[in-house]
Amino acid sequence: MSEKAIVVKGLSKRYRIGLEEKKQETFGSQLWYWIGYPIRNFRNLVKLSTFRKIEDGRDIHWALKGLNFEVEKGQVLGIIGKNGAGKSTLLKVLSRITSPTEGEIRIRGKVSSLLEVGTGFHPDLTGRDNIYMNGTILGMTKKEIDGKLERIIDFSGIRKYVDTPVKRYSSGMKVRLAFSVAAHLDPEILIIDEVLAVGDAEFQKKCLGKLQDESIKGRTVLFVSHNMEAVQNLCDRVIILKEGEMVFDGSPEDSIKTYLREYINTNHVKKWDFEAAPGNDKAKLLGSELIFTEANRNFFFTNEQIEFRFRVWSNIESGRIDLTYHLRDELGILVLVESTGFISDEQIGNGYSIISSSIPKNILNQGTYTIDMALLVLNRGTVLAKAKDLLTFEILPLKSDELGWVAKKEGVLKLRDTAWKINKEESTDIREIN
Amino acid sequence: MQREIETRIRPEKGWKLIDLNELIRYRDLLYFLVIRGIKAKYAQSVLGIGWAIIQPLFATGVFTVVFGNLAGIESDGAPYAVFAFCAMVPWGYFSATLTDASQSLVTNSGLLNKVYFPRIILPLSAAFSKLLDFFIAFIVLAFFLIFFGIRPGIEVLFVPVLICILLTTSLGLGMILSAMAVQYRDVKHASSFMIQLLLYAAPVVYPASKVPSDWLFVYSLNPMVGVIEGFRSAFLSTREMPWEMILPGGVVGLCLFVFGAFYFKRLERVFSDVA
Repeated sequence: MSEKAIVVKGLSKRYRIGLEEKKQETFGSQLWYWIGYPIRNFRNLVKLSTFRKIEDGRDIHWALKGLNFEVEKGQVLGIIGKNGAGKSTLLKVLSRITSPTEGEIRIRGKVSSLLEVGTGFHPDLTGRDNIYMNGTILGMTKKEIDGKLERIIDFSGIRKYVDTPVKRYSSGMKVRLAFSVAAHLDPEILIIDEVLAVGDAEFQKKCLGKLQDESIKGRTVLFVSHNMEAVQNLCDRVIILKEGEMVFDGSPEDSIKTYLREYINTNHVKKWDFEAAPGNDKAKLLGSELIFTEANRNFFFTNEQIEFRFRVWSNIESGRIDLTYHLRDELGILVLVESTGFISDEQIGNGYSIISSSIPKNILNQGTYTIDMALLVLNRGTVLAKAKDLLTFEILPLKSDELGWVAKKEGVLKLRDTAWKINKEESTDIREIN
Repeated sequence: MQREIETRIRPEKGWKLIDLNELIRYRDLLYFLVIRGIKAKYAQSVLGIGWAIIQPLFATGVFTVVFGNLAGIESDGAPYAVFAFCAMVPWGYFSATLTDASQSLVTNSGLLNKVYFPRIILPLSAAFSKLLDFFIAFIVLAFFLIFFGIRPGIEVLFVPVLICILLTTSLGLGMILSAMAVQYRDVKHASSFMIQLLLYAAPVVYPASKVPSDWLFVYSLNPMVGVIEGFRSAFLSTREMPWEMILPGGVVGLCLFVFGAFYFKRLERVFSDVA
C-alpha cells in the first residue's frame, strides 16, 4: 500500500450568508428601524463568527458537506466542479486559511498553496524585495530564496527591472515575477487554485511546463481548474464536487466525461418541434446532432473526425437550396463557414432529409467549439431558415500528443502531419547559399 | 532525509496558546514584513526616514509653546521641551504601534484569504517595524540632552524594564484591537481619536506630580504612566524611579499582553471568514 499524503475525513464547512432585510412600510416602523440600527448591526456582526449548537436557518450555507477522500503520495489530483461547488473552500480548508466546521484532515509533508499569484506584493517595493516578500509568504525561508534568486529572476525574464518598484511594472510583468516565485516553490504538497488563467500564453506555457516537471518528480499536487485540457494533461485522478459533495472520483477521462455530460451545457443534440422549428413554409431546420464514435463519450480527441448531421424538412417545387454552417471557437472567432453547395429540388424535394458532414481529424486544436449558426438559403438569395447556437463540443488533446508541452498551443488549428524537413547546407558561405 | 511534518486540521475550540514553534518557523516572514513596513512607509518621500525625526520634534514644539509657555504647565524642573520630548519617545511608539497594529489584519485581509501563516505575525510586524522610529527618537533625545547639558543618572539602567512594559502593552492592545477590528470596523473609527484623547490620560504634556495623590493608583494602572515617568526619571533625573507607578502599570501591561495573545488566538480561526 502506498503512502497517503492527504487524508480527509467527514469534512464540512459552514458559512453564514446575508439575508434580505424586510422593507419598512410606515414612517413609524422606519423610525424604529433606524433606532434599532446599531443593535441589529451588532447582532449581524456577532453572528458572522458564532453558531448555535444546532442551527439550520435560512442564512446557513454548507459549502462542504462531509467530504471523504485520500490522496496518495505523488498523485496529481484534479478538482473540478461548477462555480460554487466548494472547490475553493476545500482548498482554503486544506491550506489552513479557514478552519473546518466538522471533520478532520491529516497532511503529511510540507504544504504550499497557491491560491493567488503575487500574494503580499507591495507596489512600493522593488521586484527583488517582492520576491523575498512573496517567497516567504508562500513558506520559503530567506536562505532558500537566496539560493534561488538568480534562477527566479532569469525565469521571469525581467532582470532589467528587478530593482524598480513593482508599481511601475506592467500587469504582465507583475504576473511574470509572481509566477516565477511560485514556480520555484519546493514543497512536498502543492495546492493550486485556478491561478494559471492569467499571464500571457507564452509565459503560461513555461509555467505549466515547469509544473509538469515538478509533478513528475513525485510531488503531490491538488489542482483546481475549469480548464479541461489542463486537467486532462496534468492529473492522475480527478474528483468532481457538486454543492459541497463529492459526486465522482476517477480517471481524468471518465471524470471529464461525467462532468461535461452532467454539469456543463455542451449541446450535442438540438431538436425542435415542427411548429417551433426555425424556418418557414418552404423549409425548416428540425435539429442537429453530433455523432460520437464511441457510445457514451461526449467529447472528441484531436485525432478524431467530428461528425454531425442536420435534419431538414423541405417543400420546394423548384429551385435549389443550400445549407451553410458557421463554426466558432470559445473566443467567438469564426473558424470556418461551410456550405453544401446547391442541392436540387430533385434531391430533397418535399419531405424530410438528413444532411451530414464532418470536419477531418487532426485539424482543429483542442478547445471548445460551437456550430453557432446554420442557414438554409433558396437560390442563393432567400433565407428560408436560420438557427443559432446549435451544437457545442469539446476537443481534448491526446495525452501523448504533446509530451512536455502541457499548455495549449495557441491557434485554432493543430496539424498533426506537419512534414517538417531539416536540411543542412553543405556550404558555409552565405553568398553561395543565396 | 528531512523529517516529515504531519499537520492535522480539525475544528478548533476554546482558548489556546500561541504556537511558538510555528512562529519560529515563520521568522523570515516576520522579518520581511517588518522590512516591508519600514521601506513602504518611507518609499518615494524626499526626507524618508527624516520624518521619524520631524514628527516628534514638531509635536514637541507645539506642546512647548501651548502647554509650556502659554499654559505655563510646570515640568519638574527640566526645560519643558526636553521634558515633553522625553515623553514623546515612548508615547510616539505606543500610538504609532497601536494605530498600525490595530489595522494590520484589515489592511492585509488579502493575505488572510489567500495564504496560511500564523496571523499573529501581522500585529507583531507592525510593532517591530515601529522600533526603528523609536530608536531614531532615542538618538534625537540624546541630542536634546547634550544640548541642554543634562546628564542622565544611574536610573538609565532601568530603561530596558520600561521598554519591556512599553512593548508588552503596545503589543497586547495591538493584538486585541486588531482581532476586534476584523469583525468590527468600528475599531478603526474609534481608535484614531481614542489615541489622541489617551495622550491626556498619560503624563505627556504635564507631570504626574500634578495628579491628586488619591487618584494616583488608579492613574498609574495606565501602563504608559509608569513608562513615561520612568523615562523622565532615567534621562532627566527629575525624580526618583517611580516604582509605585511602574509596578501596577507593568502588571496591567503584562495582563494585556497575555489576554491579547489568547484573545487573538481564539479569534484567529474566524479571521478569513469574516475579514
